[in-house]
Formats: sequence, structure tokens, C-alpha cells
Amino acid sequence: MSTRESLSSLDVRRSTHSPLITLVGSVVLVSLFSVAPWIVPAWFASILMNFFILVIMATMWNLLAGYSGMVSIGQQAFVGLGAYATLFFAIKGMSPLAAIPLAALACGVIALPVTYLLFRLRGGYFSIATWVVADTAMIIIGTVAYLGGGTGHYLPGLSNFDPVSLTHVQYLASWSVALVVVIGTYVLLRSRLGLVLASMRDNEVAARSAGAHVTSARRIVFIVAAAGCGAAGAVLAISQPFVQPGNEFSMSWTAEMLFASMIGGLGTIEGPIIGSVVYFVLFQWLGQYGAWYFIVFGSLAVGIAIWQPRGLWGALRDRFHVELLPVGHWVRERRSAK
Amino acid sequence: MPLLQLEHVSKKFGQVVVADDINFELEEGEAVGIVGPNGAGKTSLFGIISGDVRLYGGQIHFVGQALERMHPSVRCRSGIGRTYQVPRPFENMTVFENTLVGSQQGAVLRGRKSHEAAFSALERTGLSSLANRAAGSLTLMQRKRLELARALATQPRLLLLDEIAGGLTDLEVTELTGIIRSINAEGVTILWIEHVVRALLSTVDRLLCLASGALVADGEPRAVLASEAVRRVYLGDRILNEAMDS
Repeated sequence: MSTRESLSSLDVRRSTHSPLITLVGSVVLVSLFSVAPWIVPAWFASILMNFFILVIMATMWNLLAGYSGMVSIGQQAFVGLGAYATLFFAIKGMSPLAAIPLAALACGVIALPVTYLLFRLRGGYFSIATWVVADTAMIIIGTVAYLGGGTGHYLPGLSNFDPVSLTHVQYLASWSVALVVVIGTYVLLRSRLGLVLASMRDNEVAARSAGAHVTSARRIVFIVAAAGCGAAGAVLAISQPFVQPGNEFSMSWTAEMLFASMIGGLGTIEGPIIGSVVYFVLFQWLGQYGAWYFIVFGSLAVGIAIWQPRGLWGALRDRFHVELLPVGHWVRERRSAK
Repeated sequence: MPLLQLEHVSKKFGQVVVADDINFELEEGEAVGIVGPNGAGKTSLFGIISGDVRLYGGQIHFVGQALERMHPSVRCRSGIGRTYQVPRPFENMTVFENTLVGSQQGAVLRGRKSHEAAFSALERTGLSSLANRAAGSLTLMQRKRLELARALATQPRLLLLDEIAGGLTDLEVTELTGIIRSINAEGVTILWIEHVVRALLSTVDRLLCLASGALVADGEPRAVLASEAVRRVYLGDRILNEAMDS
């Protein structure tokens, strides 16, 4: 068999199972979540709303750390900047909902020059520098009287909604941004850039010598993650309509996104979503026990890091060979084209 | 114009000299071996050519183009492929995806063409039946083949092989040298660091010897191995005689 003959029938699929399964599952889930605020109690819709915000942030943190090796502990910078960009546009008279994409865009634009500072550093130095960026952003925003200074500012533009409609709007804002972020991440990871990111995740030096522009890929990921976290910040501002530096730039956002990504499994799309589910289940269960909540969360994170470094989803995938959102390449069949 | 030209290339790590005024040229289509004791600077020389190691002094030209300021990925795209002494597979990706990175990024191919080039590299190296296997589950021999396949998928004009026969059985070495000879026969220039002298002698038509970062011999393989300089720094009489007899 000649090479040309065999290659003419090369069949490369993107999934080991029928894409219909993923498609049908996605349609069912999307439909359910889209109508959830009208069929579930308000308290549960509120939990779901916060769950979606965490999914957005954890998905973005996973892109940074899980795929590109950038362990950012200052991602709250972009959560805060996203919230404040929304506040800025709302004060200017724009609807906070319309400001969400603009806030994301603003964070992406701010992230570009930041990469030229941060990418000079590696490892722990990079991580610490991201924290410095976050604190610097918080301090600068805290000095801007127009945005409420250190005490914060009420987000205008939502007063025309009645309380029930407002809850629905807040829910739908967080749900639609989470949907866009997860679908966007899925599309990105299925692209040529996704293949580069996966190779960087596994071995950066080899990726570079196989022709991958690692620094450019890393820069794109940093900007995308900044925009995504900015959108999360915008949704956060809409869901808690008082925007305050101490809350929006809180280190706890990064702690949560880190926890969810790590527990669920770094380097997979599904991991951060599974991790976010675990976080919220534990949070509801342990929230009433005060400090025990932190002890259990910390112990779980340490245990997973030691015994299951690929996370819960990694363990499930290895055991059952399942992929909900497949991004791989599978050579299915090869016949001679005689 | 030579394919690769090194002029007064030098490199230090602190006080340790790993490249000491190295000068040589490679013509297109040549198969050239590099021998030398451990710590002679062989792998560092590959790093200097591929861009993993920054040059300290001197000049490198590839097809007349200066490489000093060129990023490793750009060097790869311009035709320099390399393997690593300790294989560096993308362990969580499939064997096919490993070579696909090479064909999409190194050879800058898209869509079906990139798939074909990636699969062709697997066929050349005898890995096509393992295309869907996770690269992390491969044996040492398979990993070495994958290193070669990924470099081939970048469609190189110059292929840098770093001890690709190391740790393999005699039979495996024979298979691998057959593949490398066929790659060279298609016009790909080979620069091959190897301690398995038998493998080199069956493949290369020119041999370089490095010691303490300096080029101490350059010429016809058996003549280089027989030279006093090489005997002194590397082989010793007994190993040399065995190699010459085989």
C-alpha cells in the first residue's frame, strides 16, 4: 500500500462517541437552566447564579493554570476591574446588562500591557506579581471618587426592574455569560490553539521546538482569561448591586476558582464545572459549621493534590473513558483507496 | 550555500565552557554524527542550534539566515527539527495528536493536510497502529520513535537527533537506523549525537568529535574514530578496535 493511497482515506474524528450524545445532553441542560428561575425556589436560583459565576471564573483559571502553566493568584484583579467597568458604564447611563461585554473587552485590553510586565517572570515570581497587579488595581480604583472611592457605589440602571424580574435578570445574566464562556472555551480548545495549549500543558519545551509559538499562545490565554473574569466581575456587580473595592477585588475569588479547578481537575473543560458543583454542595452543607468549612475545604484540596492530582474528573475519565466535551483527535479508520 | 553554518560559536554556563569556538558547516543532504564524552557539550550544541540555549558568542546561519535572535519555534518552522535525549512526549495527548502539533505548528499545515502529514510521520516510524494511544503509556522504544515522528511531522530540512538509539536493544537500534537512513535518503540533512557508535557508522558519512566544548575532529567517520585526538578524549583502544571490526 502506498503512503498516498493509505492517507487518502484517513478519517480523523473529534470524539470517541457520537456527537449527538453531547449535543442532546447539552440541549437538555441548556433548556433546563434557561427556565430554572421560573421553576425552582428563589433561594435555589440564587445559589445557581453564584454557581455560574464560579464556573466562569474557574473555567478561566483552568485555562491559565491548567493549560498554560500560569498560576495566577491575582485573578481577582480582573473580577474587580470588570465590576468597576460595569459600574463606570452604568453611571454613564448604559444598561448594566449591555455593559457586560464592554467590561470583558476592557479587561482584555488592560490585560495586554500587563502581560509584558508579567511574562518576564516565571513560576512563583509570576504568581506573586499577579497578586501585586491585583492589589495595585484595587488601590488605584479605591482612589477614584467618581466610582465611589474606598466605600463603593450603588450600581445604577437596575431600578426599573421589580424584585422578581430583577432576580430573573440577574440569574439569566450569570447563566448566559457562563454558557458563552464554557462554549467559547470548548471552541478554543478544539481549535489549533487548543492543540498548542494542550501540548504546552504537557511539555512546554517540546511544544516550542515542535514549532508552537508558546509565548503568543500564553498571551492570548491571559487576555481571554482576563476578559472572562471581567465578565464574571460584571455579573457579580449586577447580582450584588453595591460595588465596593474590598469585595470585588477580594482574594477569596481566586481562592474559590483555584479550589474548584483543582478539585475538579486541571487541564480539562469538565473539571472546573465538576469542581464548582463540589464547592457549592460542600458550601451548602458545611456553611453552618463556621470554621469547619475552611478546615474541610483545605483538607480536601490537600488530599486531592496528593492522591488524585488529576482531580475528580480526571479520575472519572481515566476509569470510565468518558468525555462530555471532547476536544481530542481520533484516527477512526484507514482503508486503501484502490 | 551551506545548509547550516556555525562560526566561532561559544557558550558558557557560569565558568563551565560548553561550546568553545566551534566552527563547521553542513551541506544539504549530509548525514553527520557527533561523538564525545559525557559533558562534552553535545546536547548544548543542539540547544544552541534549535534555540533552547542562548548563544554567548559567534554566529549561526541556516540557509543563509542568521539564527541568533530567532525564537525556537521560528527555527523549527524554518526547517530545524529536533529530538530530545530524554523523550518529551505530550503525555496526556494521543500519539497522533503529538505529531499533529508538529504538522500544524512546525510545518504550518491546516486541516486535512496537517492530518495527513501527522499520520505519515507515524507510518514512517512504525507508530500508526498506536495513533489513538495516550503517549504517556508508550514504552521507551515507542517514545523514541514518537520523538522522531514529531520532529518529522514538522517537515524539517535539518533533523537534530539526540541519542535516539540510547537505551535500545540491538534489534531496536537496527530498526531505528533503517528509518533514519531512509529519511536521509529523501534529502533530509541529519545531525546525530550518539554513543552507540555502531549505529552512527552504519548511517553517517561524516563524524564530528567534541570534547570540553571544543571540536577536536571532523571528517570521515572511521578516520575520525582512529585519530589520536578522539582516542585520547573519548573511546580508548579496545572499544575503537571492536567498532572498526564490526
